[in-house]
Amino acid sequence: MIVETENVRFHSLALDCGVTLAPVDVAYEGWGELNQAKTNAVLILHAFSGDAHAAGISAETGKPGWWDNMIGPGKAFDTNKYFVICSNVLGGCRGTTGPSSLNPETGRPYAMSFPLITMGDMVRLQKMLVEHLGIERLLAVAGGSMGGMQVLEWVVRYPQSVAAAFPIAGTARHSAQQIAFNEVGRQAIMADPDWNGGDYYSGKPPGRGLSVARMVGHVTYMSDDSMREKFGRRLRNKASPVFSFDDEFEVESYLRHRGTQFVDRFDANSYLYITKAMDIFDLAQGFGSLGAALERSQARFLVISFTSDWLYPSYQSLEIVSALRSRNRDVAYCELSSNYGHDAFLVEVGEQTELIRGFLARVYKEAG
Amino acid sequence: MAAPPQSVPGRRLVKELLGRGDYAIISEIVESGSKVLDLGCGEGELLEWLAENKGVDARGVEISRERVQRAIARGVSVYQGDIDQGLADYPDKAFDYVILSQTLQQTQKPLRVLREMMRVGRHIIVAFPNFGHWRVRMAHLISGRAPKTGLFPYEWYESPNIHFLTVDDFEVLCRDQRWNVERRYFLSGTRRVGGLPNLMAEVAVYLLRLD
Repeated sequence: MIVETENVRFHSLALDCGVTLAPVDVAYEGWGELNQAKTNAVLILHAFSGDAHAAGISAETGKPGWWDNMIGPGKAFDTNKYFVICSNVLGGCRGTTGPSSLNPETGRPYAMSFPLITMGDMVRLQKMLVEHLGIERLLAVAGGSMGGMQVLEWVVRYPQSVAAAFPIAGTARHSAQQIAFNEVGRQAIMADPDWNGGDYYSGKPPGRGLSVARMVGHVTYMSDDSMREKFGRRLRNKASPVFSFDDEFEVESYLRHRGTQFVDRFDANSYLYITKAMDIFDLAQGFGSLGAALERSQARFLVISFTSDWLYPSYQSLEIVSALRSRNRDVAYCELSSNYGHDAFLVEVGEQTELIRGFLARVYKEAG
Repeated sequence: MAAPPQSVPGRRLVKELLGRGDYAIISEIVESGSKVLDLGCGEGELLEWLAENKGVDARGVEISRERVQRAIARGVSVYQGDIDQGLADYPDKAFDYVILSQTLQQTQKPLRVLREMMRVGRHIIVAFPNFGHWRVRMAHLISGRAPKTGLFPYEWYESPNIHFLTVDDFEVLCRDQRWNVERRYFLSGTRRVGGLPNLMAEVAVYLLRLD
């Protein structure tokens, strides 16, 4: 299934910070067919470094989507039944307006003059896209990690527009630990002289800083077990370690490789803006409590967490579940067993498929 | 000794639902379109049946991860958790019926669970195996060992059952707690038991409310 990324331009978007951004471009992809009644649309929300290319083979790069094993004919999000959409988030660097986009007033990239954005802004833009596609009510919104945070924002902000919600390995707000790791990433970028106050688009990007940020990120996405399994203390091309600062351990080589790869596809300023938006996010804000916020929701929930995920631990999913139960909202919850840490939501396909496919089919049947 | 319980008159033979007599009775008790919480709901078979055939808003609590997965895959909203602690989140009178089917004898603190059920439900339905059944008594009397019967098939060291209550025990509890027994059913296999339920019933099903 070859897919092309589509683009749509909106006149403007009023942001939570008070600034109006104009114009705003959104990059998105779609799979399957919207039915006549427009009741079979599923919106997929990507994680921090993801993009609109969630499924199929990209016409541009030839690569499969980041959740290709979950979206497609006969898969968890069955494109024979559902019309599935995914868009790049506001502040991103993969087709949707972000700090690397041209500021029409100056003719130069926004860089650090890009306004502060929130999860709410990202979701409001997604709602504009969904309406643009002629969809009033989504059958489901689903996403892992930051995508899970957006799922929660959706059900609170647009309760009438969502029938089923799948927040996976997510949270209603970041803990000190999550903010801390994001801050290490941001400081790594800003400590790179090539960052140059964010103004690097005409020269060399802060590749060293961004790469270190990504290396830290990858450590938090794995688990002690999965790293032991994947790398252990194995060395590259030698029998015993010599005292050198080359990447002699496999784990070092892997992290450096992932760091370098990331620099080619991600913008350092997007890293700063999006991680900040995640840290600021607090679903309860303005409502007094998480329960009061989630009381607005009308969706059926399936909340999923993973045993070895220490970055978005199960207790954070349980906070969401507990708040929903306290308001007598309809919620299913399962902590899946996995060794893969936070990466599990991308890797553990079999069990997630069983849960999501069955649950979604039931909601579709009831809604139809 | 409690007052001899009265069985509800009616058909003597109970048709099974999903292979179980107590499910058939529960499915008759539960009113269409009501809100139901099933504690220890297993793979959600009963909840799925109630959702499809009686249009109920069905929720469940189950401790086993594998069973929770299968229940959710059926589309039933099941929460993975322990019923000894798991009801605290729910507001008062959140459900029309709270069901505890063949699980009471496995809870750590049965009275606390029953009280919590009374708090979150307008009615509660409790089904439990009767340890007072004559076959259990005989097994114990003759072998002198922990009874092992069709109803209680486990070795003592691997049994999930940690409380062994009888119909009379439950009647005494209801009286002491001043719970209102709305209906009671006694089963032996798929047959309704006529008299002497504490001796003859394998399974008892109670419909209760607080006042």
